[in-house]
Amino acid sequence: MATTTAPSSAHRAEAPSQVKHRPDRSYRRRQRWGWFFVAPFAVIFLTFLILPLVFAFRMSLFTSTLATGTRFVGADNYLKAFTDPIFLEGLGTVARFALIMIPAQMIVALLAALVLDNLATWASKFSRLMIFIPYAVPVVIGALMWGFLYSPRFGPASSIFGLFGLAAPEFLAQDNIFGSLVNIVTWQWAGYYMIIIYAALRGIDPGIYEAAVLDGASDRQIAWRIKIPMISSSMVMVVIFALIGTLQFFTEPQVLRGVAQGAIPTSYTPNMYAFSLAFSYSQFNYASAISFALGIVVFVFSFLFLFLTRKQSGLK
Amino acid sequence: MALVTDTPRQQDGGRKVRGAAARNRARNGGPRIGSHIFLLILVIYFITPIWWLTVASTKDTAGLFGGSGGPLWFDNEFHLFSNIQGLFERQDGIYWRWLGNSFLYAISGGVGATILAVLAGYGFAKYDFRGRGAFFGILLGAVMVPLTALVIPTFVLLSSVGLVNTIWAVILPSLLSPFGVYLMRVFAQEAVPDELLDAARIDGAGEIRTFFQIALPLLRPAVVTVLLLSVVGTWNNFFLPLAVLSDPLLLPVTVGLNGWQALSNAGSGGEALWNLITTGAFLSIIPLIIAFLSLQKYWQGGLSLGSLK
Repeated sequence: MATTTAPSSAHRAEAPSQVKHRPDRSYRRRQRWGWFFVAPFAVIFLTFLILPLVFAFRMSLFTSTLATGTRFVGADNYLKAFTDPIFLEGLGTVARFALIMIPAQMIVALLAALVLDNLATWASKFSRLMIFIPYAVPVVIGALMWGFLYSPRFGPASSIFGLFGLAAPEFLAQDNIFGSLVNIVTWQWAGYYMIIIYAALRGIDPGIYEAAVLDGASDRQIAWRIKIPMISSSMVMVVIFALIGTLQFFTEPQVLRGVAQGAIPTSYTPNMYAFSLAFSYSQFNYASAISFALGIVVFVFSFLFLFLTRKQSGLK
Repeated sequence: MALVTDTPRQQDGGRKVRGAAARNRARNGGPRIGSHIFLLILVIYFITPIWWLTVASTKDTAGLFGGSGGPLWFDNEFHLFSNIQGLFERQDGIYWRWLGNSFLYAISGGVGATILAVLAGYGFAKYDFRGRGAFFGILLGAVMVPLTALVIPTFVLLSSVGLVNTIWAVILPSLLSPFGVYLMRVFAQEAVPDELLDAARIDGAGEIRTFFQIALPLLRPAVVTVLLLSVVGTWNNFFLPLAVLSDPLLLPVTVGLNGWQALSNAGSGGEALWNLITTGAFLSIIPLIIAFLSLQKYWQGGLSLGSLK
């Protein structure tokens, strides 16, 4: 290998700018090594992403019953899915979650990051870690903990609200479960998003603020006019994470379902619906169609969001 | 930080000094009471559930329902050790088996995913091979495919080759980390200069040796970040093991504790395992919290890698 690459490098040293336009043979041959490095990942990518997708798509085109066996039905499962009130209601639920939960997480994360960026005290370093810690707690454990905290039997709510002479709200009642879930997710993820935003803020050259300070800009103006616009690509990335996560909402409602008797149906979100179709009713074909349809919805929405924010994110 | 970098400039005199001084005041001067109160409220909010869990792990079931200290303080009696003993006795200590499974899945899945991501990210960043653009485009699209949408198809796929209900059903799908590859490519492009690789080649190093001796050390911050992200991802995973595992001895701790919770909630027919659940949950979050606290300097910068352009 060394003998073939050495001339190429010498050649590049003579005319480095032309090498991309006029690659010689050994240069081209070396580029094949790219496949050597990419191949192990490509195998996993094909086996556990492309293959399941193709497989799911194929399954979703069939229907299987005990009476008739497996037969090809084309797009029937999709027509059924997109007219299935349970699936549509689940989509509506995660859409409402997206509208409330993502702004909630972003506001907490952004405010915390901006405040932390302005401070360099012992207390602010400590706070940064504490706000991030919930990310290290598995989602299931987080949901279990909050289930305990919400519970009127175990939780501290009644004593805390009792201090003010109030009755504690029933966090696990049907009317309140939405807000209770928003709270769990915000608690779990805001710190992670805060760290990403904070790191982006620290990446800004502080010299930029100096001119603004000289012109008499307040901290608030600097935050709004300079800091937030400069970290917009990080913000876009964080919102994409949150969006993809929210649309496939599963773990928290699934765990809380046990504690909140009757407040969360098995088909609360599309993923829960697909799970119960597959594992409680053995309707794997229809469950695959639901999974695939959800995947399409997530993909389309993330893509749309990236398209709408292409100026902010800098992606072309 | 700000203080150190500003000191030389303050000797210049003139406008720069005032600018730097003003920024110093903005960064860390003054007590900033409002900001600290805001942070205090946030810290209380984020830490209370974990505090509650810590306290709860020292109580027995009766203490959880109405102990002398209330939900947010310790009781007169200290039951942490008897709870841990309970975890050893319950179903022959199946909890420890679950914890061990979680470690096995998280470490093998996380390390494997990281190795694949480093190799692939380097390959994408440093070689202009045929099909690179197309493959990377598909990969970027795959970052947006919800992984849970793959769980049910993966289950069907694995069951057709008889791998369902084995450790491989969790480990193999966990090796997939398109986002890790993306992070690695972005990082490798910036951190590994072509000139350095060419110099190594001139010195006679082959492609593999160049990768291990030149590129890999430069990639270390990104390696730690991707490793943490994928270990956490696998450790957190709930949907996949819930779907592909049914043998209680193979469950990770997340699915196992959720099962205990369902059992305890089943009402009169169930068993009250509350003290074991809280203690089990408490013990299971300690390793990751320690990992994050001790690896701070790596992940704090690394998590923002993806937003680099």
